[in-house]
Amino acid sequence: MNRREFAKLLGLSATALSGIPLGVTRAVGQTKGGTLNTIIQPEPPILVTALNQQQPTLTLGGKIYESLLRYGSDLKPLPGLAESWTVSPDGLVYTFKLFPGITFHDGKPLTSEDVVFSVTKVLVETHARARGTFLRIEKAEAPDPLTVVFTLKAPFAPFLNSFDCTTAPIVPKHVYDGTDFRKNPANAQAIGSGPFKLKEWVKGSHVHLVKHEGYYRKGEPHLDEIIYRVIPDGASRAVALEQGKVQLTQWTDVELFDVARLSKLPNVEMTTKGYEFFAPHFWLEFNLRVKPMDDKRFRQAVMFAVDRKALLQRVFFNLGKVATGPVSSKTRFYEKDVKQYDYSLDKAKALLDEMGLKPGADGKRVSIKFLVPPYGEIWQRSAEYFKQSLGRVGIDLQLENLDLAGWAERTSNWNYEMTCNLLYQFGDPALGVSRSYITANIRKGILFSNIAGYSNPEVDRLFEEAAVATSDAKRQELYTAVQKIVVEEVPIAWMVEQDFPNFIDKRLKNVITTGIGVHETFGAVTLG
Amino acid sequence: MTAVSVDAKGGRVFAIALALAGWVVKFIAVVLVIATFNFILVHAAPGDPAQVIAGQSGASDEKLLAQLRAEYGLDKPYPIQLANYLKRVVTLDLGYSYRQQRTVASLILERLPATLLLTATAFSLALLSGIILGMLAGVRAGKWSDTVLTVVSLLLYATPVFWLGLMLVLLFSVQLDWLPAFGYVTIGVPMTALQRMVDIGWHLILPAVSLAAVYLAIYTRLMRSSVLDVTHQDFIKTAKAKGLKQGRIIIRHILRNAMLPIVTVAGMQAGALVGGAVVIETVFAWPGLGRLIYDALLQRDYPVLLGVFLVMSVIVIALNLLTDAIYRVIDPRVSVRAAS
Repeated sequence: MNRREFAKLLGLSATALSGIPLGVTRAVGQTKGGTLNTIIQPEPPILVTALNQQQPTLTLGGKIYESLLRYGSDLKPLPGLAESWTVSPDGLVYTFKLFPGITFHDGKPLTSEDVVFSVTKVLVETHARARGTFLRIEKAEAPDPLTVVFTLKAPFAPFLNSFDCTTAPIVPKHVYDGTDFRKNPANAQAIGSGPFKLKEWVKGSHVHLVKHEGYYRKGEPHLDEIIYRVIPDGASRAVALEQGKVQLTQWTDVELFDVARLSKLPNVEMTTKGYEFFAPHFWLEFNLRVKPMDDKRFRQAVMFAVDRKALLQRVFFNLGKVATGPVSSKTRFYEKDVKQYDYSLDKAKALLDEMGLKPGADGKRVSIKFLVPPYGEIWQRSAEYFKQSLGRVGIDLQLENLDLAGWAERTSNWNYEMTCNLLYQFGDPALGVSRSYITANIRKGILFSNIAGYSNPEVDRLFEEAAVATSDAKRQELYTAVQKIVVEEVPIAWMVEQDFPNFIDKRLKNVITTGIGVHETFGAVTLG
Repeated sequence: MTAVSVDAKGGRVFAIALALAGWVVKFIAVVLVIATFNFILVHAAPGDPAQVIAGQSGASDEKLLAQLRAEYGLDKPYPIQLANYLKRVVTLDLGYSYRQQRTVASLILERLPATLLLTATAFSLALLSGIILGMLAGVRAGKWSDTVLTVVSLLLYATPVFWLGLMLVLLFSVQLDWLPAFGYVTIGVPMTALQRMVDIGWHLILPAVSLAAVYLAIYTRLMRSSVLDVTHQDFIKTAKAKGLKQGRIIIRHILRNAMLPIVTVAGMQAGALVGGAVVIETVFAWPGLGRLIYDALLQRDYPVLLGVFLVMSVIVIALNLLTDAIYRVIDPRVSVRAAS
């Protein structure tokens, strides 16, 4: 008996019920058209990606706001709003040619003026991550409506890696010029130039996107609409996927312990591709200002004492890879020939003994407070795993749980001893890696800075030179050198290159095609 | 009727007016005290909204934090922030959520109907069936039907509400496919007003039943013991001795007297129902106020938190006054002054 028969059985008015599909979504049809139902959680506060860079905002905003470039799984640039681009040999002048006929959702054309305005006026004001890159622009020009020329003050290698939709969304100048960007009433409409535009946002329930008819890529978008449903509970999200109520999940929508079970569903496929640009790196963070963590041998002992393979298998359900150093193996300039920390309690104990940290009568050498970040199940389990592992070599961890605001407050103000963290690499070591190690980025009160307090002039020099070097070969050489030093000194105990599962309905095509994955425009996605 | 206040008519009107005036003064004082406490409590939690936003953005710098703090007015000293807040409370301005770029009043108004629908349904369901079941159990105390009811209500009482919700979803949505698993209304389908109402009704069943279950158990047990209590009172013996029929005794004499404890407890819980549905709202993706509060708390969205707390305290106070009024209807011995 299905729901409709059940309703009839209960004797409910058949006339009132006829024609209501009762929770069954609209019939999904052929290659052209159709509705994609998916999940957004937690619910974003606003949808303007230039103003808010929280993860859900970026995932959803990628459909609404586009940027000049996209990036393949190898992180090489692909055409976005820009059809072609050139870089001068000295690495200072970047010229982008836009596709003709691009329009915003309000029908006005998108020109090079909008690009210059977005990058040099809006993003440097509102986007912490973009600011670091775009403040390096000496001058930005729009010689004609389809040409943008950026001239940098000095070469900056990852400049070309900074034009994805999450870093450099293009907003309409005619809407934002001369206004207070954050308070602009137009933020509620979220006017971008992506293949989908906002139709309705029922807070707490769903965000409804529909096709942008004036989209510049012929035939795109294929879908008629995308519905992002807010489903706060993990078990309910799993049910939604099992019942086919949603055809796509991303990031942490599906709890890792559910992945194996749901992968067996006949109607969906699971892939962990599409996170290469972000390459999330999970690690154990020390406060190097606190003894005995200021001693390199102690940190090396921690690396030896944690069985990272087991951590990956037991806690991460094998979704990921053991991390070997500061740079993710999914990104460019990764160096695998570095000091290896195999799992060895003996080596760990020997290092601790050598330091003079002898076990007391209770077998404990030292007691350290560990802040457990409030990001969910995995984090709690990881913390428990660290407690167990380090306990075996006499390092006693006292776990302390906090909510996000509390955790952020404590760690960013260096009021912690040990914690764990997950940082994105953003497609280039100069954007996502160096920030955790260079002396210039030791900034109290700022999350995702060098909160450990690590400082090594040689490391500073290598990272700095690599950021401005113009040839990839030179950069690789510098990054290889810096990785060898940092892995020897272990300012951070790298644990896992975390993968996130995307569950994709088998009728959906072209969902994960680039290194930005689910943040893509979805213009090319088809259903049927 | 029995011993009503013996004052002269004019005296009664005066007493009621006085009581009302007293209520209003108390009401305003309580609201202001609550608002101040809310403010202190909310700001006592570690961290602030700027850090939360930074924490969820994967990147941060001084400028971002300074901008966000200035927007939230967090760059001013606490006493000034508190004074500004109380000024707004007095002028009935709930403030503005910079995080969501909306006025707090509009955020609350948007969520309130869904919550009220859910909690009012669950509450009525629990109250009504609790009274009936408790009555049955009490009247048949010691018989097998009483034992069954007692055991079932104990089980319901001991069941975590989220677990019950998930089990109901597994049975009625996943296995049987009779009822929608989550959400408030079917999305993306054009519907007439009537169809929409029916659709919302279907979505309402599982969350309302789950939410009602725990309260149902409380009312059943309370009603049962209350009925047992009253049954042994002298006036029931008198009624029996007068030769009244059993049914009339139950309805006129036992029920009415046994209701008082229920009203007391229900009055207290009705307040909790406004904000207490966060677990059910989360499990069933129900777009209600409970989730708004919970999210706002984690995000340290102070204006929203304070706004919701204020609205809730007003509702709780109003419900308590209503409870007092209901006492008077059920039990005329409770005088205006005693209730005030």
